Amino acid sequence: MNAYQSIAYQSIAYQSTVYQSTVYQSIPYIIPELILTGTMILIIVISFWEKFKQSRLIITAIAVTGLFLSIFSIPLPDHNVGLLFGGMLSHDSFAGFFKMIVLICTLFTFLAVYESYEIKDSVFSEFSTILLSCALGLCFFISSVNFLMLYLSLEFVSITSYVLTGFKKQNRRSSEAALKYAIYGGVVSGIMLFGISYFYGLLGTLDIFTIKQGLVLVFSQGTTPVLKLAVLCASLFTFAGIGYKIAAVPFHMWSPDVYEGAPTPFIAFLSVAPKLAGIAVLIRFVFTGFVVDNQVVANIPWPQILGLLSVITMTLGNLCALAQKNIKRLLAYSGIAHCGYLLMGVSAISHAGIFSVNFYALIYLFMNLGAFVIVIAIREETGSEEIKAYAGLSSRSPFLGIALSIFLLSLAGVPPFAGFIAKFYLFSALIDKGSSLYYMIAVAGILNSVIALYYYVVIVKVMFFEKPEFPSPCKPSPIYTWIIIALLIPVLVFGVYWQPVAIKASQAIPF
Amino acid sequence: MNYQTTSFLLSWIIFIPVIGAAAIMFGIAICNLFKMDKTLFDNIDRVICLVSTVLVFVLTLILWRSFDPEASGLQFVHRFVWIKSFNIEYFLGIDGINVSMVILTSFITLIAAVASVPWGGQHDEHHFTSKMTPGYMVLLLFLETGMMGTFCSLDFFQFYIFWEIMLLPMFFLIGIWGGPRKEYAAIKFFLYTLLGSLLILLAMIAIYYTSTPVTLADGSWAPHTFNIPYLSQMAKEGAFIDANPIFNITFTRLVWICLFIGFAIKIPMFPFHTWLPDAHVEAPTPVSVILAGILLKTGAYGILRFNFGLFPEATAFFASGMAIFGMINIVYAAYVCMAQTDLKKLIAYSSVSHMGFVLLGFAAFTAQGISGAVFQMVAHGLISPMLFLIAGVIYDRAHTRDIDAFGGLASKMPEYTGLMGLAFMASLGLPGLAGFVGEILVLLGAFPVFTVFTIISATAMIITAAYYLWTIQRMFLGEFNAKWEGLNDLNIRERIVLYPLGFVTVLFGVYPMPVFNLVNKALHALILTIAPFSG
Repeated sequence: MNAYQSIAYQSIAYQSTVYQSTVYQSIPYIIPELILTGTMILIIVISFWEKFKQSRLIITAIAVTGLFLSIFSIPLPDHNVGLLFGGMLSHDSFAGFFKMIVLICTLFTFLAVYESYEIKDSVFSEFSTILLSCALGLCFFISSVNFLMLYLSLEFVSITSYVLTGFKKQNRRSSEAALKYAIYGGVVSGIMLFGISYFYGLLGTLDIFTIKQGLVLVFSQGTTPVLKLAVLCASLFTFAGIGYKIAAVPFHMWSPDVYEGAPTPFIAFLSVAPKLAGIAVLIRFVFTGFVVDNQVVANIPWPQILGLLSVITMTLGNLCALAQKNIKRLLAYSGIAHCGYLLMGVSAISHAGIFSVNFYALIYLFMNLGAFVIVIAIREETGSEEIKAYAGLSSRSPFLGIALSIFLLSLAGVPPFAGFIAKFYLFSALIDKGSSLYYMIAVAGILNSVIALYYYVVIVKVMFFEKPEFPSPCKPSPIYTWIIIALLIPVLVFGVYWQPVAIKASQAIPF
Repeated sequence: MNYQTTSFLLSWIIFIPVIGAAAIMFGIAICNLFKMDKTLFDNIDRVICLVSTVLVFVLTLILWRSFDPEASGLQFVHRFVWIKSFNIEYFLGIDGINVSMVILTSFITLIAAVASVPWGGQHDEHHFTSKMTPGYMVLLLFLETGMMGTFCSLDFFQFYIFWEIMLLPMFFLIGIWGGPRKEYAAIKFFLYTLLGSLLILLAMIAIYYTSTPVTLADGSWAPHTFNIPYLSQMAKEGAFIDANPIFNITFTRLVWICLFIGFAIKIPMFPFHTWLPDAHVEAPTPVSVILAGILLKTGAYGILRFNFGLFPEATAFFASGMAIFGMINIVYAAYVCMAQTDLKKLIAYSSVSHMGFVLLGFAAFTAQGISGAVFQMVAHGLISPMLFLIAGVIYDRAHTRDIDAFGGLASKMPEYTGLMGLAFMASLGLPGLAGFVGEILVLLGAFPVFTVFTIISATAMIITAAYYLWTIQRMFLGEFNAKWEGLNDLNIRERIVLYPLGFVTVLFGVYPMPVFNLVNKALHALILTIAPFSG
């Protein structure tokens, strides 16, 4: 045991002050996860009968029911912050909020995949099971407060994602995407593990609370350059694993290829749930591990690192999106840019920042999912994902044209849609800080919003101002119409009256 | 200072167009559901649009009648808390600064709505008036809501939302119903104005976090506010002057520049004016009418309301800069006009030139200067729609706007020539017409303060006269071009829109007092807040 470890052990006493449950006592707090697991098992069992295995209706019904039950069983936010399973998971309103987002996203993905024949009948039950397990992994990912749990759930999510990416076995692009995704993922999770091992070596624990206490104690007793470097490296390496999940630059390279190759319904899921869960984990990692009273401990320049990354991420995402001809690749880059906006909120290291990220996450769920559902619907009709195929959509299907325009303009942050309010909160969190660094980030964010507007508007232009190649009407199946309406309502309503969302988002700040 | 709701009139003015638009959308749904005749519904939609705009116009006339220009402070206030968690209020009100703009808006939108109806004209089916009529009418009505809301909102956040609501309908109106290069023009317009809006957004947030605690409409305490009357009060008490600098630049000055660029793009001020000629040339006639008549005024209104109202000290500091840019606008755009062969482009650049007078008048901080500038806004809001309608008349008939392609039209279209002469003379500032009053007052007001700039600006009036007279000569005088044998004179719809505009132009040229009575008191109060800082 080295000197730092012994200091850290003193601080373990801190843990006992936090309410902590035994394994048996913890069970009631993970009911949503248990319901998900039950649903998965039920689908697997049902698939033993060939008749049920082929039935999209039955499997979707089971999955949707399970998800509904799971969403409603998420413990309501209370101030009873507790640790479960001996400090592996945290039970708090923040985790509940993001679990809700992930599960709603999964629910909509199931509804969207029901009529999407990219996923064949023969493999539908496998797809459903793996998608549910990915959601399960995300739920654990969000609430983990121990590096071991964090790493395990991250791997759980990653491996299920690789499988889902390569789900179109006959399709070369799908296989290529899965391979790229797996190789990047392997490298990055190795890096992350390496970073975690530094923490363990320095402080002798994997518990993030304890690591913070340890760092505070260690740094209060004077530092050496070597120690500073070690802690910085450990933090950055650990961050790499999370950065890869949210597709932040420089860990974003997998994203466009995966988006292009993977089945579209899965991409709708991937573009929302793991990204937002990753942001949630990043907030938890930074705030639980390095922040005391809105001040960063251990001399790690998190505001600068996150701010710089956010600026680079959104600039790169937006600039690359300008040149895209394929709508899925475009949305991939736009997703990278949105990750940059979210990082902007995290970099504020303040409650206003977390609030703005929570708010943005909820709105992003609706608007990005909405855009993807329309991409799925149009793919089912025209078989194409090229932006060219959207020419004259406004006359072929006015509903899809107007809805996609609303989702895209909301993503661009144009009032009176909800995306604007979300972006407004991000900027206000930055300006509230009132220092030059944050003003610079805000200005970069503004310039990026203008760039982003261009490529979103180009799609609107193609849909409304250009003549269609085939003037035949394009009728999406009714289920898509209803999903799109369900996603449009929040985007429109929360753009005008968002007080309920604001309250919900402000309750989910436990730090 | 603590205003409470006194009237719902403004909310009706703002949201009647939305009700009309909702009715049209309901009609679309019915039409699709029962597979009914589209042409019948097109006509119903036109009627709904006309009825809504007429209603709004009537309500603004009632507003004009019951507005008390002698009272200080706001009238027709409608105020309640909108979003509690961010201290955002719904706050509408009228004072001398926005009253003229509200009346102008309802009038010009009515003109544009009439001009969007294909009465009495012989239009082919590709004409914009018969293309996707329901969509057009819905967007036109939303645009009116956006403009009215922008002028009436007294909560900064609410103002910003309405300011942006103007953008989308305009984008689609240019992009779908526009001319050959409509995509380019629409996207350019959107990007330019959005960049400006985002600067305003940053400034707005910075102002919010600098503001001091207030009491909201429901009596609750709030640490910060977007409420503009409160913010102006704080400005008088020096809350912004003492704020922490940003990037080592004085807070008020940096925020002032952000706001000013945002508004100057809409005016449009050199060097941000390049979107305007493109947008005007490609936009259909009624959209050009609204664009020139009202949208450009929102920028000037924003400068008065925010730059002048919240940052008097910075306004005084930047006055010469404003005057220089105003002068560049006037002179540069006038010279550019000389080189135009496209009638619409010529009128577009002449708009840039005339809006320069507004900037110059603002910068002077004299009673004549600012009253003249606001009168110039009204006058330009009447004359430029007339000019665009006139350009639209000839384009509908000849399908070209090339000035040199015509000649001797006076013999074929005497009535048209007469109205065009009136509009051109009003625009070049002939005494007795509305354009003269604004320009002469601006020049009188600016002369003692910026002598050199005023003299240079005044020379541009000669250039203005030159390009207008030259255009008249090329189009209407000289030898008749036999190619245009088939042209006929004005039809009933064109008379309905042109004569009222012409009448008001003459009326305000002879007797401008109705406008001055409305605005003078509030404007002079505004000048007094800046006076201590200037000179």
